[in-house]
Amino acid sequence: MKKNLFKLAAVLGASALALTACAEAPPETTTEPSVSDTVAEEPTTEETTTAEETTTETAAATDFKACMVSDSGGFDDKSFNETAYNGLLQARDDLGIETAEIESNAESDFAPNVQAMIGANCNIVVTVGFLLATATEAAAKQNPEVDFAIVDNSSFEGVDNAKGLIFNTAESSFLAGYLAAAMSETGTVGTFGGAKIPTVTIFMDGFAQGVAHHNEVKGTDVNVIGWNAETQDGQFVPGDDPFQNQAGGRDTANTLIAQGADIILPVAGPAGLGGLQAAQASGGKVNAIWVDTDGCISAAEYCSSIITSVYKGMDVAVFEAIQASMAGELTSDPFVGTLENEGTGLSPFNEFEDKVSDELKAELDQLTADIISGDIVITSTAQPK
Amino acid sequence: MTEESAAEKVVTVAPGTAPRSRRWVGVATTLIALVLAFLVGAVVMVVSDPNVVSKFAYFFSRPGDALGAAWDKVVLAFGALIRGSLGSWGAVTETTAQATPLICAGLGVGLAFRAGLFNIGGQGQAIWGAIVGAWIGFSLTGVPMALHIPLALICAIAFGAAWGGIAGFLKARTGAHEVISTIMLNHIAGGLLGYFLITPLFQMPGRTDPISPQVEWTAVLPRLAGTRLHVGFLLALLAAFAVWWLLERTTLGFQIRAVGHNPHAAETAGMSVGRVTIVAMSLAGGLAGLAGAQMVLAPTLLTSYPPQLSSGIVGGVGFDAITVALLGRSRPLGIVGAGLLFGAMKAGGLTMSAEAQTPSELTALIQALIVLFVAAPKFVTWLVPALRDRRSARPASAPKSKKEVSA
Repeated sequence: MKKNLFKLAAVLGASALALTACAEAPPETTTEPSVSDTVAEEPTTEETTTAEETTTETAAATDFKACMVSDSGGFDDKSFNETAYNGLLQARDDLGIETAEIESNAESDFAPNVQAMIGANCNIVVTVGFLLATATEAAAKQNPEVDFAIVDNSSFEGVDNAKGLIFNTAESSFLAGYLAAAMSETGTVGTFGGAKIPTVTIFMDGFAQGVAHHNEVKGTDVNVIGWNAETQDGQFVPGDDPFQNQAGGRDTANTLIAQGADIILPVAGPAGLGGLQAAQASGGKVNAIWVDTDGCISAAEYCSSIITSVYKGMDVAVFEAIQASMAGELTSDPFVGTLENEGTGLSPFNEFEDKVSDELKAELDQLTADIISGDIVITSTAQPK
Repeated sequence: MTEESAAEKVVTVAPGTAPRSRRWVGVATTLIALVLAFLVGAVVMVVSDPNVVSKFAYFFSRPGDALGAAWDKVVLAFGALIRGSLGSWGAVTETTAQATPLICAGLGVGLAFRAGLFNIGGQGQAIWGAIVGAWIGFSLTGVPMALHIPLALICAIAFGAAWGGIAGFLKARTGAHEVISTIMLNHIAGGLLGYFLITPLFQMPGRTDPISPQVEWTAVLPRLAGTRLHVGFLLALLAAFAVWWLLERTTLGFQIRAVGHNPHAAETAGMSVGRVTIVAMSLAGGLAGLAGAQMVLAPTLLTSYPPQLSSGIVGGVGFDAITVALLGRSRPLGIVGAGLLFGAMKAGGLTMSAEAQTPSELTALIQALIVLFVAAPKFVTWLVPALRDRRSARPASAPKSKKEVSA
C-alpha cells in the first residue's frame, strides 16, 4: 500500500548513510575514571549505556546563560554584529556558560526577539545596536532580575540592570584618516556609510578630521569624498536594507573610485564587503580600510586590499559585561571604549606592514598619544558624551 | 444551493460529484502536507546543527549517539515551537497577534483569487496601509481614541484599496496583467516608503536614519492587559465574516465568483467584467491595507507601543498572505485557519530560535513546504496511495484539479 512512501524513505535513508562517514567515535569522556577510553572502536554491545552517560556529561559546568539579539545584518556580517557575537562565543568557551542568539531582520523584530530571549531564561541579554534601545530599556525595566547590556548605546537613566557599551571610534578613525591621507597617491580618499546614524557617521567624521589634520601639518591637499563633516551629509548605500546590500556597496565604492579615490573606508557592515570587492578588482590601485574588526581575520580573502582596520572592541566589552554579570557585579556605568583603554584603535597592518613607512608609524603613535592627552581635540558631534 | 456548489467548485482541489469524500481527501491532503513539511523541517534542523552532524560522522561505530542527539534536537525544537505558540495564555495571544495581519492580507489575496485575479500586490497595499496608519497615528495629537483609531484604520484601508484599485483599473481598461502590475506597484510602494521616511513629514526628530516617530497612545489598538490579544484580531475575524457574506450572500459576490469562474460567460450573462475586476482588486487592497495598519498600530508586549514605521516594517506580509490564501483555499474560514497556523508558526518560531537555536529561516521553510505540498496534491497522493485510490475512482477529477492549482 504505502510502497512509495517506503521507497522515498529508503532512498533518503540510504543516501544519509552514504553521506555520513564511518569515522571513529571519539573517546567517551565520562566522569567515572574506571571506564577505559579504548572501547571506542568496539562494536555495538555497550552503546546504549555509553550514550546515556554522554548526555548527562555534557550538561554545562555552570547554568549561567548569556544571550544576544542582533541588529539587522546578522551575526555573519564580518563586521558589527559579528564582532559583538565573538565576545559571546568567547564567553561560552572561556567561561563554560550556555549561550543563545537570535537574529533580527527588521525594526519590528526587535521587541519580540528581546522578549523571546527573556522567555528563554537568559541571565544576561546583550543587544547589539542602538536601534534596539527602546526594546532593551523596556525589557530591563520589566525584568529587574535579568541583566542587560547594549552595544552602541549609553546606559539608561534610572535603570540599574542595563549597561551601555559605547565606543569613541572617532578617535581611531582619525588615525585611519591620517594614514589614508599619507598613503594616497591620487590625493583623493573616500568613505561611505550604510545608514546615516551616529554610530556610522562617527567613523566618517573622524576619518575626515584625520585627513584634514594631515593636510594641515604636512601641507598636503588630500580631498575626502563621500562625507562632508560640516554639512553632515555624504554617500550612503542605497536600498531598503542598505547594510545587507553588497551590490549597492560595490556600486557606491566604484562611484568613489571613479572620482579618483584610491583609499576607501566602507562603514556599512556586510554591504562594505562590496567596497572590498571593488578595491580588490582594481588590482592594487585601490585599497581599503575596514571597520569594527580586523578585516584580515573576518574577511581574510580581501586581506591583500586591506591596509588596516579601525577596530571597535565590542567583543572584549561584551565578554567583560557577561563576566561581570556572572559574578553579580554588572553596573549601569557605561563602558566607553577609547584609544586610551584600547577599546578602539587600529588593527595591525598585516600585508601592508612593509608599505607603511616607519616614519608614518611613529607619527601615528604620536597622534595616539596626543589624542589621549587631549592635545588633539576630536570634533565629531556623534561622539558618546 | 446552486451558489453553494459553484463556490465549492472554485475552491476545492478536485471538483466532482461527491462533495463529502472530496472534502475528506482535501483535508487529508492538507494534513499530510503538514506532516511532510514538518518531517522535512526536522531533517533540515538536524542537518544544520553542527553538534548533531558531528555525531553522524561516527554513525556506524556508535549510532545511538547520532540518533539520540537528532531526536533530542527535534523534540526540543518542536517542543519550543508548541510552547511558544500554544503553551500559555501569553503564547496564544502572541499567535493571534501574529495571525491578525496574515488573516487580513490573506483575505485580500483570497478574494482576488475568487475573482480570478492573482494579487501579488498585497505587499504594496499593506505598505500603504502602514504608511497612512502610522502617519495618522503619530501626526494627529489630542484626538480621542474613539476617533483616532477608526480614522487611522479607515484611511489605511482607503489607501490600500486605491493602490489595489490601480492594478484593477489597469487590467480592466488596458488589459495589463495584474501579476506584472502588482509586482511593480510593490516596488513603487516600497520606494515611496523609503523616500517618505527621510522627509521631515515622517522622520523622527533627532534621528538621521529612516524611522518615524512613535505613534500616539490614542492610536494604539487596545489590548487585553499583559497580553498581545488586541482589537485587530477581532477586526480580522469580522473581516473574514464580511468577506464570506459578500461572496456567498450578495449579488456582487456572485458576480465576483462568476467572473473568476469564466469571465466570458459572465460577460455574456451581462456582467461588467471590468467593473468587477476593479471592485475586487480594490476590496483586496483594502484588506491588505488593514493588515498594514495593524502592523503599525498593534502594541508589542515589551514596550506597549507598536514598532515605529521603518523600511522593513511590513516584513513579507504580502507574500505570506499568498501562502495563507493558498492553504486556506481562498475561503474565509480556511484563511482564518491558515492565518492562525502561520501565526502560530511565527510566534512559536521565535521561541524555537531562541531556545533550540534553530536557524530563523526554518519556520519560513516549513511554511513554504506546507504550501508546496498542498499545491502539489499529486505528489502527496503519490506518497500516500490511500488517497489516490479514492480519487482514481473518479477519473474526471484529474484534469480539473490542475486548473485549480494554477488558479
